[in-house]
Amino acid sequence: MGRKWIFTLFALVLACSLILASGQVQAADEKAQFFGLLIYRTGPFAAGGSGMGSGWEDFMELRNMQGGVNGIKYAWEECETAYNTARGVECYERLKDKAVLFHPWSTGITYALIPRGTKEEKVIFSSGYGRADASDGSVFPWVFTTPTNYWSQNSAKIKFIGEKMGGMDKLKGLKIANLHIDVPYGQETKPMLDALAEKFGFTIQHFPVPWPGIDQKAQWMDIVRRFKADWVINRNWGVSCTVPLKEAARLGFPRERVLGVWWCGSEEDVLPAGPAAKGYYSANFHGSGKDFPLVKEIIDKVYGTMKGHMAFTRVGSVYWSRGIYIGVVTEEAILTAHKKFGVKVLTGEEIRWGMENLNITAERIKELGLEGFMSPIKTSCENHEGGNIVLFQQWDGEKWVPAGTQTPMNDFVWPLIKESAAKYAKEQGITPKDCK
Amino acid sequence: MLYRECGNFKDNYAKDMAIFPIPLDRWGLGIMLVFAFLVIPFTASDYWLSSIMIPFYCFSLAALGLNFLTGYAGQVSLGHAAFMAVGAYSSLILYGRYGIPLVPSILGGGIVSAIVGSIFGIPSLRIKGFYLAVSTLAAQFIIEWVLTHWKWVSGGVFGTIDVPNLYIFGALLDTPLKKYYLVLCIVALMITFGKNLVRGQLGRNWMAIRDMDVAAEIIGVSLFRYKLIAFAVSSFYAGVAGALITITYYGAANIEEFNLFLSFHLLGMIIIGGMGTILGSFLGAGFMVLLPIFINQSMLTFMERVPSNLRANSEAIVFGGLIVFFLIVEPYGMARLWHTIKEKMRLWPFPY
Amino acid sequence: MNFFFEVLITGLLVGIMYSLVALGFALIYKASDVFNFAQGDMSLLAGLALVGFLTIMPLWLALVCTIAVMTLLAYATVFIIFRPLVARPPLILFMAAIGLAFLVQGIGQSIWGTDAKGLNIGIPDNPIILGELFLSSFDLIFGVVAAALVGGLVLFFQKTRTGRALRAVADDHEAALSVGIPLLNAWAVTWVIAGIVATVAGIAWGSRLGVQFSLSLIALKALPVLILGGIDSIPGAILAGLVVGAGENLAEVFIGPYVGGGIQTFFPYLMALLFLWFRPYGMFGKEIIDRV
Repeated sequence: MGRKWIFTLFALVLACSLILASGQVQAADEKAQFFGLLIYRTGPFAAGGSGMGSGWEDFMELRNMQGGVNGIKYAWEECETAYNTARGVECYERLKDKAVLFHPWSTGITYALIPRGTKEEKVIFSSGYGRADASDGSVFPWVFTTPTNYWSQNSAKIKFIGEKMGGMDKLKGLKIANLHIDVPYGQETKPMLDALAEKFGFTIQHFPVPWPGIDQKAQWMDIVRRFKADWVINRNWGVSCTVPLKEAARLGFPRERVLGVWWCGSEEDVLPAGPAAKGYYSANFHGSGKDFPLVKEIIDKVYGTMKGHMAFTRVGSVYWSRGIYIGVVTEEAILTAHKKFGVKVLTGEEIRWGMENLNITAERIKELGLEGFMSPIKTSCENHEGGNIVLFQQWDGEKWVPAGTQTPMNDFVWPLIKESAAKYAKEQGITPKDCK
Repeated sequence: MLYRECGNFKDNYAKDMAIFPIPLDRWGLGIMLVFAFLVIPFTASDYWLSSIMIPFYCFSLAALGLNFLTGYAGQVSLGHAAFMAVGAYSSLILYGRYGIPLVPSILGGGIVSAIVGSIFGIPSLRIKGFYLAVSTLAAQFIIEWVLTHWKWVSGGVFGTIDVPNLYIFGALLDTPLKKYYLVLCIVALMITFGKNLVRGQLGRNWMAIRDMDVAAEIIGVSLFRYKLIAFAVSSFYAGVAGALITITYYGAANIEEFNLFLSFHLLGMIIIGGMGTILGSFLGAGFMVLLPIFINQSMLTFMERVPSNLRANSEAIVFGGLIVFFLIVEPYGMARLWHTIKEKMRLWPFPY
Repeated sequence: MNFFFEVLITGLLVGIMYSLVALGFALIYKASDVFNFAQGDMSLLAGLALVGFLTIMPLWLALVCTIAVMTLLAYATVFIIFRPLVARPPLILFMAAIGLAFLVQGIGQSIWGTDAKGLNIGIPDNPIILGELFLSSFDLIFGVVAAALVGGLVLFFQKTRTGRALRAVADDHEAALSVGIPLLNAWAVTWVIAGIVATVAGIAWGSRLGVQFSLSLIALKALPVLILGGIDSIPGAILAGLVVGAGENLAEVFIGPYVGGGIQTFFPYLMALLFLWFRPYGMFGKEIIDRV
């Protein structure tokens, strides 16, 4: 019995020390702009979360070495969500007193944070994920999908396919398979693609892959051998992005006809597939690689002094670059806000104004040392998308090579966004803001 | 000494049937209730109320539901996260689409969940043990599939239902404090109900089935009836818990929240906490829900210099290690530990 | 009709991959009543270790080192975790296995990192075209490997002294103890074998998925196989794997389109439920007879 008492005592001491330790919130530096990083370095999507989080941290580290943004340094704290919504919301609640802008990095967490952010005046920056209709700033003033959203992306994808086939008229009679993971994220674009199919006269068929999508043989047999698809849209996430490439190789389907969503277009998605991935296209909204002056500077200054946040081999990868990208956009919002409100630690409303009045011109991009990495962004009160361009890239077996850009079909997508946002506004009892 | 009774002094039936025969238990519970209703709301920060206490109560309730089924009636279920999802979706549909008041909507979600749960409980009449546990995964996957594919349920392209503004008796439910009280009231009521349920005939029949179902059948306990009631009651609790956590915490009903891992976590809660005890559901929920948060936070304090990648993974090591540690120390759960202490105190200082 | 056979054969080949995972579960459950939920994480650990070793040594040595890691894990698991838990109720052992799963994935990913790694041990993955049928060379090769593995296990259990001791332990712990078989050592050997099976499964799946956290999710694929075949039965695991593989692929392709698709995850459970209604212990599971 004695041993059990010792154990009990030990457990109690441990519990107390854990609780006490957790109370020790590091005091935020008054002079620093604080960010809470909702990150996932473990779990099924660790490759994405660790890349994006570390990229942003590396960028902030560099700016801090250079003296901060207009002299205001960055401060940040990581919070592990493991891609779990309950943990993500807890992280938000833990960090919201200090931070004014959040990147949820997960569809579920984005949904949970939209009402919270709106009420508590925190900017929810879901760049290229989350709700597509959140691009409508009049209904979602606190949510930003900058530079673009899933619906715009899919219209651009159809244009891309059209271009590859030699003109939009060639789309008629084409067979496109939409291979999507069978969760709300994957299903989101189905109506959009159906509408596009009707407009351009191609056939679209949806092939749901049940989570976690580690086995997609049935879907691929169906796509290649029965449906006989011309193109496959790979709308997956994590491991289910890799499997299609292997399956396509197994069935002799050309990888040049597989087009991935931008969450399926990273090194971590194609490297495990090995040579099977060669030729695979994916969408993106920024470049990758180590050739940009800013990236070189980060390698030089941050990794040169051993202050990097990730294994050096992954520097320059797509997810890491996505971290840099959102770091840059966030910083531009801070700079814009500084111009109006003066150089200081910004509040939620101020940084929201900065996000809403972003104008990243081609000259500014060059000045940042990111020419060719990103495209100009101009947001407004109504348009929280602002990017208006979707990049494409192709895997050449070793690295991602740019494969052109497309503008989304705004005339087609925006009415749908408006309609969906209006429905949300009605359900939630929101009066859309007057943006005129 | 504190617990000392020195004999059996129960001289009427009321005393014999008291929920808490030991006076100190009564006081202890009273103090806890006062603490939960009066002290926590006015001392805890919004962070503690909204992201520690509310999820803790909701998951405790769900664990309690599973405990009825597994701890009392002996039927293992790995589909409870899906029953929570049913409760969440149906209560939001009732509230948002049909304008039924909030509390009846939440209970309605529980009832829908109970119906679904008892349908998926039918296999328990034939199948036992791990075979049953794995079969209940069918419930998990089928419900997930139905909720994603049946467009009427989510009513939109995003596959989720957002929680509208909540009104209760005309008052807007917006602050963490108000939500905390809503959750606490419902949870407290349901626990009282549950405690009495397992003390009565129903609970005794369940325990008979758990201990040996053939024997129970011979003495006249209808297996069909009581197993299905166990599934229904248990999914009712899960459904209410799912509705509560969605309304007060997640802010949107999204099927991804109620995935398979949550089902495993719920089972973990009752095993670590203690099967067949009410207290165990709470201790277990604390272990499985709050401990990872505390580990995460204390890691930041203790291991600030360690690369973040290693830090994130060492959380899993610490958590897994603690599960194993607790099982080795007290395989019957943390509640048993408390029970042992209590038994000792009742006899102290004169153990036989 | 050709298409039907193509799906059927592909399904059967996938089924072998499921059997590989289920086999590990069955081995451990039979010997020690542990429903080893960490089997998938053991595959992950094996995959991670193999990829890690491959960067510094040739394939054969890397394989040997990986198996050494798995052996170490097996002994540590049995002697640290399961020795104090001998004769506890099965649910508690199951929970301990979940704890073990956290430990294994945490340790593996701390050492070798969380990013997705490619695993290529030189098995070609090209279409083999037989008339109208498309088959994968990789799947065929792994079918053969799996068959060899099962054959080896059967020989081991039937012909060697250790194998017979393990079977004795599986039949009756106390009787085995009374004739002098060291229980814990027997368990440890079983765990080592399960570790080797996990390694093979890790290679088979890891070459497809890449070695990353999701590799541990292959355990989910084994669950319907287990209940259909009988949790403690090795032939059951293999036969049920084939049935589940073929069944779920045929269902997805031929029933899926009528109901919206994505039924692959739960269809095997429906098959298993239907079967279990008539035979509650699966195809070859040991029937437990209740006596009052």
